[in-house]
Amino acid sequence: MDLKAEQFVPVGKRLDSANRITRPTTTYLKDAWRRLRQNKIAMAAIFLLIVVLIFSLAAPEFSAYTFSGQDTFMVNKGPNAAHWFGTDSLGRDLFVRCWVGARVSLFIAFVAAMVNLVIGVIYGGVSGYFGGRVDLIMMRIVEILYSVPDLLWVILLMVVMGPGLHTIIIAISITGWGSMARVVRGQVLQLKQSEYVMAARTLGAQGRRIILKHLIPNAMGPIIIELTFSIPNAIFTEATLSYLGLGVPVPLASWGTLANEGSRMLLLMPYQLFFPALLISMTMLGFNLLGDGLRDALDPKLRR
Amino acid sequence: MLKYTIKRVLLAILTLWVIITMTFALMHSIPGDPFSDEKRISPEIMANLEAKYGLDKPLWEQYVIYMGNLLRGDFGTSFKYANRTVNSLIAKGFPVSFTLGMVACVIGIATGIVFGIISGCNRGRLPDYLVIILSILCVSVPAFVFASLFQYSFGAKLQWFPVAGWGGAVYMVLPCLALGLRLIAYIARMMRTSMLDVLGQDYIKTARAKGLTNGQVIWRHAVRNAITPIITISGTMMAGTLVGSFVIENIFNIPGMGKYLVNAVKESDYTVILGMTAFYAVVLVVITFLVDVLYVVVDRRVKLD
Repeated sequence: MDLKAEQFVPVGKRLDSANRITRPTTTYLKDAWRRLRQNKIAMAAIFLLIVVLIFSLAAPEFSAYTFSGQDTFMVNKGPNAAHWFGTDSLGRDLFVRCWVGARVSLFIAFVAAMVNLVIGVIYGGVSGYFGGRVDLIMMRIVEILYSVPDLLWVILLMVVMGPGLHTIIIAISITGWGSMARVVRGQVLQLKQSEYVMAARTLGAQGRRIILKHLIPNAMGPIIIELTFSIPNAIFTEATLSYLGLGVPVPLASWGTLANEGSRMLLLMPYQLFFPALLISMTMLGFNLLGDGLRDALDPKLRR
Repeated sequence: MLKYTIKRVLLAILTLWVIITMTFALMHSIPGDPFSDEKRISPEIMANLEAKYGLDKPLWEQYVIYMGNLLRGDFGTSFKYANRTVNSLIAKGFPVSFTLGMVACVIGIATGIVFGIISGCNRGRLPDYLVIILSILCVSVPAFVFASLFQYSFGAKLQWFPVAGWGGAVYMVLPCLALGLRLIAYIARMMRTSMLDVLGQDYIKTARAKGLTNGQVIWRHAVRNAITPIITISGTMMAGTLVGSFVIENIFNIPGMGKYLVNAVKESDYTVILGMTAFYAVVLVVITFLVDVLYVVVDRRVKLD
């Protein structure tokens, strides 16, 4: 090993190279997405949900049958080549009905989840930001409302408003925002102590601006997680409601009403319950697994 | 402690008052009156009916009368069936619903805690994965699907248990299982997280360092500390299970409150709905109150403010 002196020439300080950022900057969401992508179970869940979504959008369009069209010669036929999921007691194709039901169920769930998001974020944000007596009163209200389970409120509202697609959406929307409000409030209580909020306040920002521009974006992780779990909750509530016979009116179908119709024929034709039940369960599973994955990906405590 | 209890009692009363008032307002905001769908009632009979049920009085007076009746323990009478009071429905249905709900709760919470302990102590090993998979599956499948599935397989095909109805303990197995599975799943996951949290604490290290056996560390130190969050939510869980049994009672044709309530909803029997909701509110608020007080008794670290 012979070393020469000229091999040890100092490179010299180069400010431009020292200051260059070698990796592209990454945002919180990009970073979370990167970690979520490595989670095989969560990706499988996303895949499953996309498949359900595509089928619910496409299957009724490309099928030879309609969701309310009856074929009285093909009543209560088990799954076969013509009717993949079989037919029901009125001779309607269950494959199409299941996917139309998926549209209805998913639509209700998404709209309800979005309304929950908006109400919950505003309510929780205001409550957490102002703190003190405002917080005490606002949280007491939530506590009082939620000492009776959602399902009971939803049933009462359905009684008052009468059955129908819109009333289900309204009922689930206005009863389900409590847990979102609690999550947002907890986050805001924590975040409002941080320096950037103080800086913003020193610069003269008002409450509205601080909540919307600083607190909510920084609480995004838990909000997204809560949102992911609120969708299966809404699906679940809708299915239970429809199963009790308080759901969407006939001939419209949702997964709950299909399961309800199927359960009447359970002992003779179990497939009529099996398919809607399977779809509900798969979708709920997909959202639950995705929620777990998101929790791992978005939780700052787990960041390395 | 006394001050805390009094505060909780006052809050419980306020909660009940708000819920009952809201339900009252909701029920009375329904357009039309209870007799409007009945055909050809002469105005005289209509007036008599309204007088009998107090509907001719102004709303605030009805409200005062209703609240007064509630305070005396009278939950109202049915509009649809002349001689049916809500109290008689409660007397018939509530013991059944309560038994069903509580058995499901006790079994569900106990099993969930055991599963959670097993899972938390074996992190990353087979039992842990089994519990996780089981709990995710149970959370994802609605109770009515489980109920129908059990009814079909264990009831109709294998004939191990009766398909429906209510009687001895045999009748309770399938409905309790259908109600309890979701509970087991929730509690197991929660207990697992809580166990993992506690097992990472310093005092566990201390306990191990002073030479306690694994069993002693887990039972005396870990479980006792990990169980407090479960107690906090068990009130909500019981409330959810009691209300969740509406569906199960309908599937298994169990003569409980849920079945009567759903029937009342289908028949638009408003007074029964109102009375039953008020009764549910009382039961749920009492359960939550008891759990809150129990929580303070169990966990001495809770600040009494």
